[in-house]
Amino acid sequence: MAKTMFEKIWEQHIVAEPEGQPALIYIDLHLVHEVTSPQAFEGLRLSNRKVRRPDLTISTVDHNVPTDETRVDEIKDPIARQQVDTLRRNCEDFGVTLYDVDSSAQGIVHVIGPEQGYTQPGMTIVCGDSHTSTHGAFGSLAFGIGTSEVEHVLATQTLRQAKPKTMEVRFDGELKQGVTAKDMILAAIGKLGTAGWTGYVVEYTGDAVKKLDMAGRMTICNMTIEGGARAGLIAPDDITFDWMRGRKFVPRGEKFDQAVKQWRQLASDEGADYDSLLKIDCNDLEPHVSWGTNPGQVAKISDRIPSPDDFNDPADVSSAKNALEYMGLDSGTAIEDIAVDRVFIGSCTNARIEDLRSASEIVKGRKVASTVRAQVMPGSTLTKMIAEKEGLDDIFKEAGFEWRESGCSMCLGMNPDILVPGERCASTSNRNFEGRQGKGGRTHLVSPAMAAAAAIEGHFVDVRDWETE
Amino acid sequence: MEKFTQLTSIVAPLDRANVDTDQIIPKQFLKRIERTGFGEFAFFDWRYLEDGVPNPDFILNEERYAGANILVGGRNFGSGSSREHAPWALMEMGFKAIIATSFADIFRNNCMQNGMLPVILQESEVDTIMARALRGSGYKVTVDLESQTVTDGQGLNASFEVDPFRKNSLIEGLDDVGITLTLGEAIDSFEEKRAALW
Repeated sequence: MAKTMFEKIWEQHIVAEPEGQPALIYIDLHLVHEVTSPQAFEGLRLSNRKVRRPDLTISTVDHNVPTDETRVDEIKDPIARQQVDTLRRNCEDFGVTLYDVDSSAQGIVHVIGPEQGYTQPGMTIVCGDSHTSTHGAFGSLAFGIGTSEVEHVLATQTLRQAKPKTMEVRFDGELKQGVTAKDMILAAIGKLGTAGWTGYVVEYTGDAVKKLDMAGRMTICNMTIEGGARAGLIAPDDITFDWMRGRKFVPRGEKFDQAVKQWRQLASDEGADYDSLLKIDCNDLEPHVSWGTNPGQVAKISDRIPSPDDFNDPADVSSAKNALEYMGLDSGTAIEDIAVDRVFIGSCTNARIEDLRSASEIVKGRKVASTVRAQVMPGSTLTKMIAEKEGLDDIFKEAGFEWRESGCSMCLGMNPDILVPGERCASTSNRNFEGRQGKGGRTHLVSPAMAAAAAIEGHFVDVRDWETE
Repeated sequence: MEKFTQLTSIVAPLDRANVDTDQIIPKQFLKRIERTGFGEFAFFDWRYLEDGVPNPDFILNEERYAGANILVGGRNFGSGSSREHAPWALMEMGFKAIIATSFADIFRNNCMQNGMLPVILQESEVDTIMARALRGSGYKVTVDLESQTVTDGQGLNASFEVDPFRKNSLIEGLDDVGITLTLGEAIDSFEEKRAALW
């Protein structure tokens, strides 16, 4: 019988399916960070348990670390420092590899997993972070879990999971110049809403997906959770294998060739059945900008801010009202007329080297508007090093951007990088929730190119019209 | 884990769709390394004014909902971040059950890992509970896990689905790790098989 990629990976990982219980599935890779793990390690200690497979567990510090250079000597916030110190102690006590602030492999957990070659097709991957869905870009079944489940995986290397339904999201057609993976996923969430995929694993297919580079595929899978699905998948292909080849923890030589042969088998079979289908035409897709306080409230760059009356569902009407009030926006305002105070290029959604290159092309030879403070936080320390080798740091700095250290940073504002009340930010991150980037802060989600262009012009502009050097 | 069997309580209403976990517990409070100490910061941005005084306009601050153990919310409750600090904070606020038309997956799992029951009801049923909770004071419902029903003595008689495994864990107060470790042999043999492949 024809099977979907999800079904293949799922079936390969069932450890047990006791009568009347959800399946127990094996976890191939567990990523750990400082914020959602302390209580899990403490739970192990209290029950005198150990980490079953420290060799399948890796950790880094990303969520609360500052993005200035002083962090290597000392994290100034005592509570943040305690959390990082706790992770250090836990990793030492339980024998888990830690990529600390002084390591070139340090970075946002969903950037370093693929970058170091830990993330591989066909794996099951979990992390106490909802954006674990990112790794699905390699054809691995990856999803976020809570701290109790982190403890469960640490202790047993398994997880209890009810089998989700499957949805195919097919992106047909071809992207126009200036339109990116970020716009594809924002458009999809705009169509289905932030709960449209709840209970599903989404597989992204179609010509537009096949042509995306790995960074773009990761952006799409990353934001799958914003549509409510815990995992997104993309079939691995030559683009995947070329991107992986030579990375530190990827098999080499003959072993790599053998692995590729297996990985090719993962793609969904011809005629495999999904429970649901969403089609999106990419030929007419425009750059997107979020206007509200959830990632489903998005508009095309050529659009205007909607009115609450444009919506039918009473909950959508009231959400739109609340959002416009919080965002300080009036219905009917052209998206291009919205001025920004801050620009953040960073996060597990859009801070890979490809994203930085794309933003730097927009920025090159230009200056950040005098009304804007613009920052780049590379996704990992290695990404930062590669960017510096390519001279991207100079392009950003000459334009007036701040070039900082890697971490989750202003995506969630757990470290000192936050918006002040009322500040408006063009952000390459994934969530525009109230207060996400700082209490009273107003977030507009966009692609790296759109964020870079907004930094230069001081307001949103259509990057399709942008002339690069 | 605390057991959940039956609960009768005042209902506190939060009539908003897509209440995300960033709202339930903002990030600046996630730096604690304990499972406790989050309750006073729940809904921080809505609950308090600039100077730290309770916001009189935030509905959960109203005296008539004091002591409520049941929260009724809008659809897609608990969306966004996987932070388990959200259910921890809600539990410390006193909530033991949440009623809504839908929940985000990770949040729902996290609740059940902590003995808190997420109850999914039909839209008309949630609307009824919401309206009655908003109208007066002292409106109570009974959530019964054994019979999988929600009743209010005013004609509401709603039933809900729950995974039998999760139901048993909640009723018995069992934690997952202990149950899974009884399957140790299955994990061992899976790992042997896996080692041959990887």
